[in-house]
Formats: sequence, C-alpha cells, structure tokens
Amino acid sequence: MRILRAIFGHGSGRIGGVIVGVYLLIAILGLVGLTPHNPITQFRVDRLHAPNGAYWMGTDLFGRDVASRLMAGIGQSFTVAFFSVAFATLAGTVLGLAAAWLGRRWDGVVMRIMDVLLAFPAILLALLIVTVAGPGTWTSVVAIGIVYTPIFTRVVRGPALSLKAREFVDAARTFGSSSSYIVTRHLLLNLVAPLTVQVTLALAWALLTEAGLSFLGLGTQPPAASLGLMLSDSRNLMETAPWLMIFPGLTIMISILGFNLLGDALRDILDPRMRRVPA
Amino acid sequence: MTPLLSVRDLRVGFGRDPQANEVVRGVSFDIADGETLAIVGESGSGKSVTALSINRLIDFGGGRITGGAMTLKRADGSLFDLTTAAEPQLRAIRGAEIGMIFQEPMTSLNPVLTIGTQIEESFRLHRGLTGRQATAAAKEALDRVRIPDAARRLKYTPNQLSGGMLQRVMIAIALACNPRLLIADEPTTALDVTVQAQIMALLAELKRETGMSVILITHDIGLVAGIADKVMVMQNGQAAEQGELSQILDRPRHPYTQHLLHAVPHFANGSATRVDGQRDRGESTEPALKVDGLVVRFPLKSNFFSRATGAVHAVDGVDFDLMPGETLAIVGESGSGKSTTAKAVLGLVRSTRGSFSVGSRKASAERSAKPVQMVFQNPYASLNPRLAIESILAEPVIANGGRMDSETRAKMASLLERVGLPVNSLQRYPHEFSGGQRQRLCIARALMLNPSVVVLDEAVSALDVSVQAKVLELLVELQREFGLAYLFISHDMAVVERIAHRIAVIYAGQIVEIGDAASVLSKPQHSYTKKLIAAVPTIDRRREHFEIDTRQVPSLVRPQGFEPAPARWERFGPDHRARVEA
Repeated sequence: MRILRAIFGHGSGRIGGVIVGVYLLIAILGLVGLTPHNPITQFRVDRLHAPNGAYWMGTDLFGRDVASRLMAGIGQSFTVAFFSVAFATLAGTVLGLAAAWLGRRWDGVVMRIMDVLLAFPAILLALLIVTVAGPGTWTSVVAIGIVYTPIFTRVVRGPALSLKAREFVDAARTFGSSSSYIVTRHLLLNLVAPLTVQVTLALAWALLTEAGLSFLGLGTQPPAASLGLMLSDSRNLMETAPWLMIFPGLTIMISILGFNLLGDALRDILDPRMRRVPA
Repeated sequence: MTPLLSVRDLRVGFGRDPQANEVVRGVSFDIADGETLAIVGESGSGKSVTALSINRLIDFGGGRITGGAMTLKRADGSLFDLTTAAEPQLRAIRGAEIGMIFQEPMTSLNPVLTIGTQIEESFRLHRGLTGRQATAAAKEALDRVRIPDAARRLKYTPNQLSGGMLQRVMIAIALACNPRLLIADEPTTALDVTVQAQIMALLAELKRETGMSVILITHDIGLVAGIADKVMVMQNGQAAEQGELSQILDRPRHPYTQHLLHAVPHFANGSATRVDGQRDRGESTEPALKVDGLVVRFPLKSNFFSRATGAVHAVDGVDFDLMPGETLAIVGESGSGKSTTAKAVLGLVRSTRGSFSVGSRKASAERSAKPVQMVFQNPYASLNPRLAIESILAEPVIANGGRMDSETRAKMASLLERVGLPVNSLQRYPHEFSGGQRQRLCIARALMLNPSVVVLDEAVSALDVSVQAKVLELLVELQREFGLAYLFISHDMAVVERIAHRIAVIYAGQIVEIGDAASVLSKPQHSYTKKLIAAVPTIDRRREHFEIDTRQVPSLVRPQGFEPAPARWERFGPDHRARVEA
C-alpha cells in the first residue's frame, strides 16, 4: 500500500503505473474472453473495414476484429512475459546467490556461463533456443527466461558479494548462524529492492522479445492472437489498411514506455538513500 | 590592524528553507596573519560547515548563508566580502588565497592520475606554469612537504603511496599558490596516530616558514595543544566557548569544554587507569581465553595457476591469556594485525597455526566456541538494515537451536533495558537509532548467548567523544555485573587508558610489549611503544617540536617458508614484559 502511494507520488511513476495498470486490466479481459468480439471469428463480409462503431479498430484480412485480437494478444504477450521473467528471476537469483556465497570455483563457472549467454544478442539466442525446441507458447517462455537469466544473475551477484563482506554477516557467523539463514535473511532480504526494479524493466524487454519471436513466426502460432503476429500480418497491407499496423505498434510502444517509467520510479523509491521508512 | 579574516554572526542553513534548518547559528571569530584557530566539536556541531562557508564550498553542498558577514583581507590589503561574492570571484580566491585540505587523502586524489600531474594542475591553473616549469614547481612542492625522493615520486599514482604520504601531497597541492589562509578539515582523522604526529609537525613547521594562518578543524581537543593559538569549541551550531589556547585548556568555563578535556589521556602518572579487578597473581583461576602461538598467513599467488610464492604474515606468533572480568587491550596501528587476531579468535579468519582454549574447554583453531562473542567497529554496517531489532536480537539464539519463546523475549527485554534502550525498540529498525544506540544494540546482541569473552573490535572508535564515554561506562558496568572478559582492540590510546587492565602492543603482527596498563602507559619499554605513546596528542605538551620521521612500516610480505626468529622477552615488572629488540 505504502509503495503504491509512493509510486503515485512520483512523477514518472504515476504515468508508468497508470499505463501498466490499464494494460494489466486489458490483459485479464483478453485472457478470460471478455472482448467486444471473438478474436478468432472471421466476419467474412466485413473484411478490411476501417475503424468504425462496430469494429473500434477495424478488421483484418480475414474479417477478424482488431480490437478483440489486440486484447487477446496483450493477454498472450503478458502471460509469456510474466512467466519468462519469473523464470529468469528465480534462476538468476539462485545462480547469483550461489556464485556469490560459494565463491571460488562456483563463482568462476557460473559467471563464465552467464558471460557466454550475454555475448549473444537477446533475440538471436531466443531464436536459437526456439528453433531447437520447436515453436510454441511455453518454449517462448523458457527461451526468453533463459535469455534474461544472466542479467538477474549479475544483478544479484554484485550486491550479494558486497553484502557478504558486511559486518552483520560476520556477526551472524560469530553466533554460528547457518548458511541458509544468512543467505535468505541477510543477503536476499537486502536484494529485494534491486530485484524489484530489475523485474519491472525485464518485463518490458521480455514483451519486446516475445513480440519479436512472434513476428518471426516462432512464438505464438496462428490463429491465436499476439502482438508480434499482428504486426507481421500487417506488413503487406501497410498502405491499404494502416490500422492493422498502427494499433499493435502503438500498443507495444506504450507498454514498453509504461514499464520503463515504472521501473525508473521504483529505482528512485527503493533507493535506500532516498528512503525514510523501512520497506 | 584589520584581521586576515573576520567572521561576524555567521548563520548557515540547508535545504529548501535554510532559515528553519540552520546548522550554524551565529558564530563570530577573527584570525590575524599567521595565527592558528582550532575549531573543536563533535559530529553535527557545525564545525565543518563553518569552515566550508569561509571559501563558500558550502554552496555546492546545498547550503545557504542566511546571515552574518565574512571579510577577507586580500594580499593587496583590500577587503573582500566573502558572503556576497559571485562564483567567478570566489574561484580566484580559492586555492590562491584560501587553501584547503580534507579528511580523507585516499579519496581526495584522482586515482588514475599521477600525483605529479595533480600537483602541476594547481600551478597551471593559478600561476599559468606549463611543461618543465610546472614539473619543477611540483617537485619543489613535494620537497617542501618533506617527501623524500620527490622527483621519482611525482610519477607515482595515489595507490602507491601511504595515507600519510598522500596527506602530504594534499598539503603540497593546497600550498602550491602560497595561500595566506589554510583550512584543514580533520586532516589527520583517517591516519594512524604516529602519522598524525608527523602531519601535525609538518603543518606547524610550514606555518612557521610561510607565515600563513591556519584554521584547524578537529574533534580531538588533545590535538590543538600542539599547534593552535586560539580555540573555539562548538556545540549545536554555536560557539560554546572561545579564547586563547591556554585559557581554554587550563581554565575551561563551559561544562562541555570541561567534558571534552576530561576525555583526553594523561599517561605520565598512570592515574587514570582502572584499579578495579587487578590481576590476582594466584594460580588458581582458569583463564577465560588463552591464545597460544597464533599465526595467520595469507598466501600470495601471482596468478590463479601458480603456486604460492610468499605469504603475508598478518599475525606472527601471538600469545596471551585473558582472565574472567579482565580487559586486555590490543593496541597497534592499521595493518599491525590486531583485527586479524580478533577475527582469528572468532574463527572468521582461518588461523594457520596456534591454539585457543576458552574457559576449561579446548576449542580447535578452526571454529571457536560460542562463549566468545564480538562487537564490531561500524555500528552502521553491523546490523542488517532490513530486519527489526527483535529479529536481530533473536538471531544468535535461533542460530543455536533456540526459538522465539517467552524466555527469549524476556531476555531481549531485560538486555535492552540493561544497555539503556527503551523496550519498544524491539519493533523498530536499525536506521531509527543513532550510532551510540546501535552500538548498544550490538552489545545486547553479543550478550544474548551469555558469553564469557567479548571481543570489542574498535567498538567505540566510530562514536563521538561524549557518546564514547557513555558506552565505555556501560561496558565497565556490564563487565562487573556478568564477569565478562574483554578483548579490546583499539588504536585509540585515550580509550584504552580508560578501559584496559592490561595492554598488549602489537606491531607488524607480533606483540612487542605486554603488561598491566599503568606500567605500559607510564613506563613504556619497547621503542615502538614509546613512539606510539609519544605520538598521542595530549594537552600537557604545548607547542612541542615533533620530529619528522619518514620511516615506513616494514612489509609483512615474506618469502615462502619464512619463519621469524623466536621472541626473547625482558621483564620490567611483575606483569610487564617487552620483546628484546634486534
């Protein structure tokens, strides 16, 4: 509650928060099927209609309602983004903590693997994994999750190493506290703030990567709707039916903007130097 | 005659409403040419803000001068109003007329540039010297601050020089343009006491040579005796007392000044040392902690694959014993191995050799038993900021198989009360407490497991003098009440004098002198102990001529397999012995 209030007290946090909130609402509506029309029903007589009262954002080549498909697509893209970021956060945190706490050889091995993963551009690596595993929603989740794991590993390992050298960890050792206690209470608890910021920003990247994969035909498979797929379908009709491209494009852009603004706001709010009351 | 600098009713505030958030509230003083003013006070007293206001560096920290006047007499005799001057004019004043040195020499210099470049910059900016001329001037500047082998040192980067050397470089830069006023803001606080003595001696000598005026800001009233002409004691943004040096030191009128003077050590007679619980020479009592031949070495490897080529001998054959209810102070300068000794006793650092016995039980060198607990130096880093006090105090109990029951809660409440904190502290978080209160929390946490030995690693060094006194009092009370044995690690002789029964002086990883506090402090035998004690500023030694000693601490890096020669000891009293010097 307190954090929500802080977000709305922060300039860019207010804008980002509203955008992300509206998107979440649309995503849920899209997922449960509360759309103006059925997103995969083809209204053959109404093909390539410009936006009007019945079809708010027009119809596509098969006579499907763009607004409904957009809502379903947002639902689809958000699902992939959330699960892949959850995967990356979990894997990255565990690996980062292990590398920092166990040190020596573990640190070397884990971080070198992460360096290798980071050396590939995100979309290329995701493509590689999807190509090997076959396209589909859940392979996208795993692929995008693996792509963003190294970033979380680094975000966790750095601060964890510095926390490990702090005196309260030394103090805990003198009482004989167990490693698991020290890692969870003294390290992890102090990493909540940087992780929160990272999760918000990673959601934006994951959305973009998911759109990219679908655009290339390796993400969500038709006839299901997804933002990348809709953009891809609109390419040949750019001049006859510009609404097919404009609405999904704007949707992606605004969602990324929203997550980035929210992430920036969270970084400010959770910064211990700015904080007056404990989280 | 007009004074060099005249400050009248200076008021400085911070934030959006500087009038409401005043940190300096009406301070006035004059400094004549060649005079030294010492501003003494604790953190938050406004002493640094006052000094930073003089060259208006305060503007960069978000401060505003809300009232008063500051007038500087410039070199040509004209008067310059510092309160209203615009930034470009001030830039001409800073460095050229008013030089400044800061507390931390390690962070005041740019680590990627050679010190030569950094000194030359000052000459380039203010005197327009370039190329060879600037280099020559820089070398001269280093010579002036008594840095041996100056020409070669110009090519060094800051990491290649010790803290004392770096502070000399900072002084060289500050003096590059012959300023007529030098502001020294805690110039020796980050340095060891013997290095501090050298820097103070250097400042005094340079002052004589150049005839400049100095404003010395310090928290240590003992330091002012050697150099100041006038003293101003500050408290809560106001001058508690100001006047001539001898008047302040000999006839202090304000209770706060008297309190500060009380904390300054008087070694000569050994009268201030503790007299309770002197060591009973009877053989019946079992030591609470006995350390035998402790050795800690860190192997040196040139790279990951090669074998160790040598080792850092951090602790080299230390042995002592500690009786219940006794305080053994381990004193030494940074890098002497005193903290490593403490950490090895607690098992935080793996000891290479040696054995500990705690009470009657024999503990292995790897893992010390729980009867030994520790209080750390930095009260801000030793409590997890994300945990409530309740969880922090419960941790030692939970770590040892206990649980959060009514018994644990009762113990927490009683210990909190015992260390002088309100019981409602349990639900609060560390950042809601001041440094002194946090250190009390750390003490309470250390006592949760009923230890017999408490290791206090610089436990009061981060605290202000008045807070320090109260925490020391608490420690002494707790010692009597619970029969605790303290291993008190410190670099501060004034503190050691007040709490120690016995003192062990450690130098380069070895104990060079050990004995009862009174005789070690009043009749030091080893040359290092003598040097250490002589370097401690006291108010008894006024305007004394310190000798400048440029000897460096010997390197602790030894080739692989090196073993030091066995120590030979000479006795000087029933409980006082010193290592025979080679």
